[in-house]
Amino acid sequence: MHSGHISIWFFIGVLLTIYGAMIFCYGLYELATGQLANVVLANLHAPVWWGGLMLILGLFYGVRFRPGRN
Amino acid sequence: MFVSVPALTAGGLLHGAPAFLALAVPSLAHLSSLDVAIVAIYFVMVIWIGFYLKGQANTSEEFFMAGREMTAWIAGLSFVSANLGSLELMGWAGSAYQYGILAAHWYWVGAIPAMLFLGMVMMPFYYVCKTHSVPGYLKLRYGQGASVVSAFSFAFMTVLMSGVNMFAMAEVMKVVLGWNLNFSIIVSSLAVAAYVALGGLRSAIFNEVLQFMLIWGGALLVPILGLVEAGGWNGFKARLAHNIATGATAPGDYTHMWRSMGHFTDNPMGIHWTGIVFGLGFAISFGYWTTDFLVVQRVLAAHNLRSARMAPVIGSFFKMAVPFIVILPGLLGLVVLQNPDGTLMNLVPQNLATPASGLHSYNEVLPLMMVRYLAPGLLGLGITALIAGFMSGMAGNVSAFSAVWTYDIYQPLIKKDASDEHLVTIGRWATILGVIVSIGTAYLVMNAAGIMDYVQALFSFFISPLLGVVLVGMFWKRATTAGGFWGLLLGTLTSIGLWAWVKADPSALRYVALSPDAKDMAENMYRALWSVIVAILVNVIVSLATKPKSLAELNGLVYGATTLPEEEPVPFYKNEWFWLVVAVLVFLALNIYFW
Repeated sequence: MHSGHISIWFFIGVLLTIYGAMIFCYGLYELATGQLANVVLANLHAPVWWGGLMLILGLFYGVRFRPGRN
Repeated sequence: MFVSVPALTAGGLLHGAPAFLALAVPSLAHLSSLDVAIVAIYFVMVIWIGFYLKGQANTSEEFFMAGREMTAWIAGLSFVSANLGSLELMGWAGSAYQYGILAAHWYWVGAIPAMLFLGMVMMPFYYVCKTHSVPGYLKLRYGQGASVVSAFSFAFMTVLMSGVNMFAMAEVMKVVLGWNLNFSIIVSSLAVAAYVALGGLRSAIFNEVLQFMLIWGGALLVPILGLVEAGGWNGFKARLAHNIATGATAPGDYTHMWRSMGHFTDNPMGIHWTGIVFGLGFAISFGYWTTDFLVVQRVLAAHNLRSARMAPVIGSFFKMAVPFIVILPGLLGLVVLQNPDGTLMNLVPQNLATPASGLHSYNEVLPLMMVRYLAPGLLGLGITALIAGFMSGMAGNVSAFSAVWTYDIYQPLIKKDASDEHLVTIGRWATILGVIVSIGTAYLVMNAAGIMDYVQALFSFFISPLLGVVLVGMFWKRATTAGGFWGLLLGTLTSIGLWAWVKADPSALRYVALSPDAKDMAENMYRALWSVIVAILVNVIVSLATKPKSLAELNGLVYGATTLPEEEPVPFYKNEWFWLVVAVLVFLALNIYFW
């Protein structure tokens, strides 16, 4: 947004990466242990694919808008 | 009370929320450690952003206008996000449960035409005259009188609304999570005061964009999983029809927007289509989206005129999509929410949802849907989205208050020769003052809940007359200083008078809203419409009797007296007019599909 300054998209990328990683890891934990959360449609493993999607988006924005990159 | 609550502590990885957050009242959800960590990380992030941006808020232009450096995307997302508060999300999801898809009128006809009109027609004048605020535009166009009336009413209402927002957030956190009211108010206000006072409007905008992403990330999964469970849109309609046929759900047309608008008694909102089109679609919507400085400020921060015009157009697409995460979960709640014994859950009005009854209110449909589908981590994300929505709503109010207080009250009335550095200092203190007054309002509302209704009514008193005055001033060269002042004053008094008339004598509704069958929402719409009409008529009549300004004085302010800057040609896919046409087509298609 402003040369020499950190873009808002970078902050969003960082947050999505952290959140995505946390949720994705929890999803993997569910898959590995078979201890599904007692929520409706838990068999769809939403934390895995939603967390994974957030992680990918976060990494994309984090790298694409990292400080110092034009 | 709810089937999936125990799920949130499933697995040895997860534990309950820290004890200091807990309250004795039963709550809808219990956060796991993972959820609490996600909420905590959000707070760390917003404070980090505030401290980072402090170095970029040294001049008044940087502090109050974010340096006018925002791209169209950032200004557009911030523009729509400033209106996407959590109260609105939860309230309209509840309305969708209660009234059906009629609630989507507030997102489509009640927003899109006004947003596009702001971008394509009004923005050039706001932008070219380089005003810092809407009262600032009034000062340039009509002089000090109208500007001061507008500035005081806006500043007063903005901090009150911020306080109401703060209290509402604390209430929601108490109901949903069992958090202590004081804890929610103190933590949220400290965070907002810190990041707005440090980074100014830029910080508020950054956090609004962040909130926008969080809301979609945290809430989008709910309608997706809801549709899967309901068997898609057709499956939902079939289940709803079955529930209505068996008497499990109150009869009504929940899936069409215009068919039941022929008469006040044909729809549960008690609204006629003229009220929706002219009251909501014009008086209220145009008043809010084109003259409320809270949203206009975001677009004024754009880095050039094309971006300033494009921002509302970009925002309109996201606004049209919001019903997917707000209205759809409310509708799906009609068929998927169940009691612990497996029977269909029926939500009730707020006054019936007492702790003793064990019933939930319409307004709880969104948190209930979240708790139904969202596993640990995802629930934390959804709750963070709600908190972010509340906080950015407060930040929006406080940053707009700070700008109006400094530019439109302090500088012209108290210290005319203030230096730029001094204005920034005043702006930072005004931010803190705004937060303190907001906290005071929050506690006032806490001790007298009825005030909340009055505050919201008060807000409506000022917005619609302002629209009448701005529109006449922007598109009629003959409008005069006296016309603007008296139009604004009498338009406001009309709105207050009509409200008081119906309060004192409810039968007056037949005159104010054109029908004794009209309900509260219809009254609001017609009252807004009458106040706009009075503001315009008074402005025109007084202007015709007083001396107009010269054409030279109107340059940059009025249609026909302003030469707009030439813009570089761009490919069609970057042209705002192309996207305007696309937005109009999508808007029409949605209304026709759900006719």
